Amino acid sequence: MIPKITFWRVVAVIIVIAGLYSTYLRLFGGLSASTNLSDDFPWGLWIGFDILVGVGLAAGGFSICAIVHIFNIEKYKPLARPAILTAFLGYLLVIFGLMYDLGKPYNIWHAIIYWNPRSVMFEVAWCVMLYTSVLFLEFIPVVLEKYKLHKLLKFMKKVGIPIMIVGVILSTLHQSSLGSLFLIIPQKMSQIWYSPLLPVYFYISAIGAGLSMVIFEAYLSARAFNKGIEADLLSRVGLISVIVLMIGFVIKLIDLIVSGNINLLLTINNYSLLYYLEVLIGIFIPFGLLIQKSFRENRRWLYASAVMIISGFLLNRLNVSISSISPETGVSYFPSINEISVTLMLIVLGMWAFKLIAKNFPVFTEEIHHEEFEAKLNETTIAN
Amino acid sequence: MLKQKAILFDATLCVGCGECYSACKEANHLPETNSDFLKDHLGANTYTVVEQYEDVYSRKLCMHCVDPTCVSVCPVAAFTKTELGAVIYDEDKCLGCRYCMQACPHHIPRYEWSKVNPRVRKCIMCYDRIKNGDQTACAEACPAEATIFGDRDELIEIAKQRLAENPDNYYQHIYGLEEAGGTNVLVLSPVPFDKLGFATNLPKEPLPTYTAKALEKIPGVVAGGGAFLAAMYWLTKRKNKIAEEEKQSNITKE
Repeated sequence: MIPKITFWRVVAVIIVIAGLYSTYLRLFGGLSASTNLSDDFPWGLWIGFDILVGVGLAAGGFSICAIVHIFNIEKYKPLARPAILTAFLGYLLVIFGLMYDLGKPYNIWHAIIYWNPRSVMFEVAWCVMLYTSVLFLEFIPVVLEKYKLHKLLKFMKKVGIPIMIVGVILSTLHQSSLGSLFLIIPQKMSQIWYSPLLPVYFYISAIGAGLSMVIFEAYLSARAFNKGIEADLLSRVGLISVIVLMIGFVIKLIDLIVSGNINLLLTINNYSLLYYLEVLIGIFIPFGLLIQKSFRENRRWLYASAVMIISGFLLNRLNVSISSISPETGVSYFPSINEISVTLMLIVLGMWAFKLIAKNFPVFTEEIHHEEFEAKLNETTIAN
Repeated sequence: MLKQKAILFDATLCVGCGECYSACKEANHLPETNSDFLKDHLGANTYTVVEQYEDVYSRKLCMHCVDPTCVSVCPVAAFTKTELGAVIYDEDKCLGCRYCMQACPHHIPRYEWSKVNPRVRKCIMCYDRIKNGDQTACAEACPAEATIFGDRDELIEIAKQRLAENPDNYYQHIYGLEEAGGTNVLVLSPVPFDKLGFATNLPKEPLPTYTAKALEKIPGVVAGGGAFLAAMYWLTKRKNKIAEEEKQSNITKE
């Protein structure tokens, strides 16, 4: 069957073709042929977006997982599987994206054998490695269900809770540690963003934005699969998201006042404007909207707020990793067309993979209830 | 225990002849990068440069920090602070994350951006030479004794002596004595150091202590988080079960 040609499909194909061309440049020409990175700006879009934003937005996975499986608030269960799948694909893409950014990607496994426990990057590497495995284990029941492997499924349910707990701890560690990466450059960063509490901010904002990602993803899925939407659950998730983000902002505000850096926000320059933009789009406007029941329960406003939160989050990560860092020589950095096309390609690949998996596996259907499948299991044993 | 070696560069003595620049290129087998050495910059093929700031000549090279950020941030331990004080790099371990470049307070490591198998490049204090008891190529080549090589504590004494004996010639500070925990390259200057392009906003404590403060909380997060989550699971499960039972008994009563 030939797929129907739609506007977004054409866009997606163009992005992937451009991304593949950039991949070719990266592979055979090195980083200078494919990026605008330099000795003054060793980290760019591929770290700021593909890694920091990618990992952060996947935080919906562990947040929903904790709500449903650890805090046992079962009504959110329909959101768990899509969130876990989003997170799993998100992490796979982060690792895939990292292969572009690393100068020697074939040495990526070295973190397993050459240890440096003093390095935040080392800790992040291990957490991402382990947590991606955890996400695989969290998602595997969906596959087992599809192929009716009930014995394995039963076993997975037994070990499920410890795995989930490990997953939440690993996420807490590396979500915050992505912020700790920048603790070592206090003198290079604008004090608007630099703070010993960076790991705390990274953690809180990842939960807030990760939850908004769950909303975003649910709306796209509803459109793609022509299915209904868990409107009531999602509006609550939206409320939790903005409250979490607001708590993060209040801590940040107190931090700025105590450290005396609040002055930096009183003068208008590129830094302070970027900060205002970040909190306005990412926190204030969505908070102002979703705190009100009427907006929160309106599909369009909820979706728009989620998009704003995600954009504000994106801006925050790019601000911390790129804009806040003043280079020695006044050189500036803007990502090259190849860096952008690879990043966009990763997003498209992620969406395609999600669609493909959601189409073929029971991602949106409710899990078969435990007793139900036990009954089925008995049936099959009797039949045999 | 071996004595830590160091380089002392005295900008008041430097005549800007560029012998250190050429000697460094030769010792490290680096290709020519600029016909005028004064216009050259640190790069993948240039580990040290001579810079002119009005009538003062200064040098740039890896400072060989006492507690180096590059050593602390590298996820695969590709950097080593050797007993002699030199900070060296193992290209076979490196995976190319460039955190060392991002984190270096002196903005030293350079990258082979145009190569398919790129390496981080920087001065390694002629480690192979000093291991054998020789001095660095730059110190050996310097005709004005502006760059000298020796034991770090002895060089500190020499520097202090110079500041005391000729106070008018010097800005009264030894760069590298305390900057970010100190360095194995010490610098004396006639003018304030920011005028020569040195980072003057560095804290006194080594920068790795900043990340250590975050990393040392990990065991607590793991233990506390694990206990909290397990307890929450148990409590909420129990609560749900009791609620369910009550519901059931209400139904049977009716």
